Amino acid sequence: MSDAASAPPPAEAPIPATHDMGGASRFRCTAVERDEAPPDDFGKRVDALRQLLAQKGLMTVDELRRGIEAIPESEYLALTYYERWLRSMTALMVEKGVVAEGDLR
Amino acid sequence: MTPAEGTSAAASDPAPQPAPAAPRFGPGERVRVRDDWPERRGPCHIRTPHYLRGRVGTVQRLLGRFANPEELAFGHPAPARALYHVLFEQPPIWHEGHPGDEVLVELFEHWLEPDGTAKRSA
Amino acid sequence: MSTPARPDSPARLEALIGALKARGLLTEQELAERQAQTDRASPEIGARMVARAWLDPAWRRLLLADGGAAAEAMGVSMAGAPPLGVLEDTPRRHHLVVCTLCSCYPRAVLGYPPHWYKSFAYRARAVRDPRGVLEEWGTALPAGTDVRVVDSTADYRWMVLPLRPAGTEGWSEDRLAGIVTRDVLVGVALPRVPSTEAA
Repeated sequence: MSDAASAPPPAEAPIPATHDMGGASRFRCTAVERDEAPPDDFGKRVDALRQLLAQKGLMTVDELRRGIEAIPESEYLALTYYERWLRSMTALMVEKGVVAEGDLR
Repeated sequence: MTPAEGTSAAASDPAPQPAPAAPRFGPGERVRVRDDWPERRGPCHIRTPHYLRGRVGTVQRLLGRFANPEELAFGHPAPARALYHVLFEQPPIWHEGHPGDEVLVELFEHWLEPDGTAKRSA
Repeated sequence: MSTPARPDSPARLEALIGALKARGLLTEQELAERQAQTDRASPEIGARMVARAWLDPAWRRLLLADGGAAAEAMGVSMAGAPPLGVLEDTPRRHHLVVCTLCSCYPRAVLGYPPHWYKSFAYRARAVRDPRGVLEEWGTALPAGTDVRVVDSTADYRWMVLPLRPAGTEGWSEDRLAGIVTRDVLVGVALPRVPSTEAA
């Protein structure tokens, strides 16, 4: 292959966003936890809601991802997978005026 | 929380253009991924992994045309963009790995530039 | 880690669902139907597609040309699902699928992604140290095999079409499908012929 392919990486590459995890050094020595269990009831219900909101045109999957990526790093790493989805969906439904913040208390 | 009317810091395109009829790149063409970091400019949603920015790869094939996720993520009109499968040598990315191993990634056309042009402007 | 959700998360979920119901935007029945439909998808679908490709060259061509059309031909509804791409392993090349940015996964033909596929460790390491990840699975590639990691970043979803292992000559589609596991379809494992059956 050409020299370009083996050129050093761009100097001072910025720190990637939290969700942009490819190659992240902090997990280099972390074994992959081989949990094969299906999602629990909470996860399945979040999952079904996510699909319905997309199907009804209330939210795109891209909006969902943008909302997940906006979660501050400490929370992104602490929340479970489906909790991140719920956090993003809730924020989006309020942001888009589909539901009111007060409805959720 | 993300601002309600936040604007997207999408990849810095030269200018909005009507969607081209023909794909810009063909199979086998060497392309460079834009060394652009819109996440540093504000809220955004991009699908180009950090580890490929500035990297040179080879177009494997055109996968189709898909609405631009950078716009969809903000509920903006999202014209379709060409999406390619682009192949990269894996070891140079991390300075480790097994010679011959590769990474194959879906990348949108507006993140790619011809390799030669990129080198001249660098 | 696959820790359970916090105690208050289900209540937050029900508050959101309740608010959406109150506005007439969804019903409990719609939620139940959507969940039941999602529960029906499983790796057995992908496994059957692979087994058929090992037996039928015409099917193999269809599968590689248009995975979604192949799934539809097997009775799987791909309506609303992203396009399905199929990655053909060869004696020189093994594919491994990851989504470093989130958790893109061919759910229509594999079902819910397993926890490990969505884990930070897998997302971080598969693209940088694929052979280390394979080793954790106990997957040994034949010498001379290159690894091609497929980072599922955009609008396609990807599954692997592995090589048919030796010792499966004369097997039925059902029996072949039985050795194609979810791990095989993602590329962290190779199909294995149980030693009792290999004789």
